[in-house]
Amino acid sequence: MRKLSFGKAINEALDQEMERDEKVFVLGEDVAKMGGDFGITRGLWKKYGDKRVKDTPLSEAAILGIANGAAMAGLRPVAEIMFADFITEGYDQLVNNSAKIHFMFNGTVTCPLVVRTANGAGFHAAYHHSQTPEAWFLNVPGLYIVAPSTPYEAKGLLIASIRDDNPVIFLEHKLLYEMEGEVPEEPYMVELGKARVRKEGKDATLIASQRMVYLALEAAEELSKEDIQVEVIDLRTLFPLDKDAIFDSVAKTGRVVLVNEAPKTGNYVNEISQTINEEMFEFLKAPIKRVTGLDAPTAFAPKLEEYYLPHKEDIIREVKEIVEY
Amino acid sequence: MSYPKDFLLNLYKTMVRIRNFEIMAEKLFLEGELPGFIHLYIGEEAIATGVIADLRKDDFITSTHRGHGHMIAKGANINRMMAELYGRTTGYCKGKGGSMHIADFSIGVLGANGVVGGGLPIAVGAGLGIKMKKTDQVVVAFFGDGASNTGAFHESLNFASIYKLPVIFVVENNKFASTATTKETTSIENISDRAVGYGIPGITIDGNDVITIYETAKEMIKRAREDGGPSLIEAKTYRIKGHFVGDPELYRDKKEVEEFWLNEPIRKFEKKLVEEKMLNETEKRKIWEDAQKEIEEAVTFAKESPVPNNEDALTDLFVNDSGYDY
Ligand SMILES: Cc1ncc(C[n+]2csc(CCOP(=O)(O)OP(=O)(O)O)c2C)c(N)n1
Repeated sequence: MRKLSFGKAINEALDQEMERDEKVFVLGEDVAKMGGDFGITRGLWKKYGDKRVKDTPLSEAAILGIANGAAMAGLRPVAEIMFADFITEGYDQLVNNSAKIHFMFNGTVTCPLVVRTANGAGFHAAYHHSQTPEAWFLNVPGLYIVAPSTPYEAKGLLIASIRDDNPVIFLEHKLLYEMEGEVPEEPYMVELGKARVRKEGKDATLIASQRMVYLALEAAEELSKEDIQVEVIDLRTLFPLDKDAIFDSVAKTGRVVLVNEAPKTGNYVNEISQTINEEMFEFLKAPIKRVTGLDAPTAFAPKLEEYYLPHKEDIIREVKEIVEY
Repeated sequence: MSYPKDFLLNLYKTMVRIRNFEIMAEKLFLEGELPGFIHLYIGEEAIATGVIADLRKDDFITSTHRGHGHMIAKGANINRMMAELYGRTTGYCKGKGGSMHIADFSIGVLGANGVVGGGLPIAVGAGLGIKMKKTDQVVVAFFGDGASNTGAFHESLNFASIYKLPVIFVVENNKFASTATTKETTSIENISDRAVGYGIPGITIDGNDVITIYETAKEMIKRAREDGGPSLIEAKTYRIKGHFVGDPELYRDKKEVEEFWLNEPIRKFEKKLVEEKMLNETEKRKIWEDAQKEIEEAVTFAKESPVPNNEDALTDLFVNDSGYDY
């Protein structure tokens, strides 16, 4: 099959959705003429023009508020926030409007908005350009959170997100943009709220998303040499959580390590841990473990950043510990 | 220019030192020596130099992602700046911040924000503090034209105005916010017009003319010191280099850049100085050589400085050790 980069797969999803539905439009800083800071919206402005691909002033609060308004007025905005760290500038609009509109007005109005944003550490941009924000949204009922790890899923999940009538935060890990993978040319959807088993195993379950999926797979590969068979689940959608996929795996392995690059305290994966604890306790053979970023801002110096991030070795250590528990 | 030669040459030296720091930073980055991102102040040196020339050491400034020039003009240690670009323990943030976050609180730099607009309310807060403590310090907030489109800008001007705070807002209008031109993203021709909406003086000046900048800033600083309240100075300049080092600059014509090179602030000032016989070839060469030497020494200092230890990734999160076990 044809190969495409993660970034190009997203671009194709946007293009095909804009082609299909003229209510879909794109807005954000530098997204039109320049095609975005990471080049993801390249070519769309040429094809669809000013009306549907809008460069905005530097004002995230306005971008997200305007996206809400346009969504309520019947359009399907796809807003780009250059770095996930800047979502905080428009956080109010997501928390107090996007998430609550359908609920507050008894389903009489929808807010079909997608917020695409680049997240993650690993390219030495320090603490204002490196964060992974899913936990910021998890405690806000009313928002979907999507976080693909492959080009195939990036395209399919974005198309599904655009077509969905709920507001979706769509996270794109900066270090995955260049990754190549097979992507069908025609439009297709990957169902929201469904995880994928990336590798089967019987001894322990690793649950991860985005770049951390690859760390988990590497760890699993190495553990298999020591005859420890690890199952790796790629969440793909962080909310709503695919409990079935997780519970099936836990029922099989009884051991879980959760992996995420945001800080440990208040980490998104803590919610998964508690869900398993409440609903699958009798299957657990060992405590649930987590491998996360450190409880500190991401520092600039490559050595510090590297230390901050989860490592394959950390995953291997935790898996061994619970296997021997 | 009826100023003493010393004073004028000091302005020139500061601009030359900033320029040389930036030339070196660019070179090192392109050679792959420096990690991260670097935003250069080349072509904008006159603004920080002219404004800060009338500030005292105990006056405050807030800086930005394009902040090296603000730091040098405020009297920062170049060795520690370069060490920060290298991510070393001797750097201003001990390697935790990098280019976008170099600040020195001991000389009144209240941080450098990677989030555009973040410095504006901080400057206002410092202004409020000054007023409450009844000192005669002032605060200068440096920021770009892009930042002037954020809510933080408008809320800060209004707040500073109603409490009559000693804050001088200096917008460095370099015609771009990343790849977007100011023209396309800003509702008016002169950003200083926005001052009207907040009942404070707004002035647009040539941001490449260090003397005009100095004189305008001096007047606004005096006003602020004497409890006359805030003001907005718009210094019109041009971002000669890319948004960051390595920017392919597809959004503008190379010709336009060449034209602006002819009007760059150092050459412009140099011409004046030579005309008025304040600067001769020998003096000029010495100033450039001294600056180059200073930067080269800073690079040596940085390279010889230790890289941080892993544990440094966790230190200083809280005042005192909270006892929290990570
Ligand atoms: C809140 C926020 N939005 C977007 C960015 C990405 N960004 C960094 S610098 C920049 C342009 C800033 O323009 P301006 O304020 O004019 O300053 P200049 O870079 O021209 O000096 C942008 C969009 C950011 N750092 N922070």
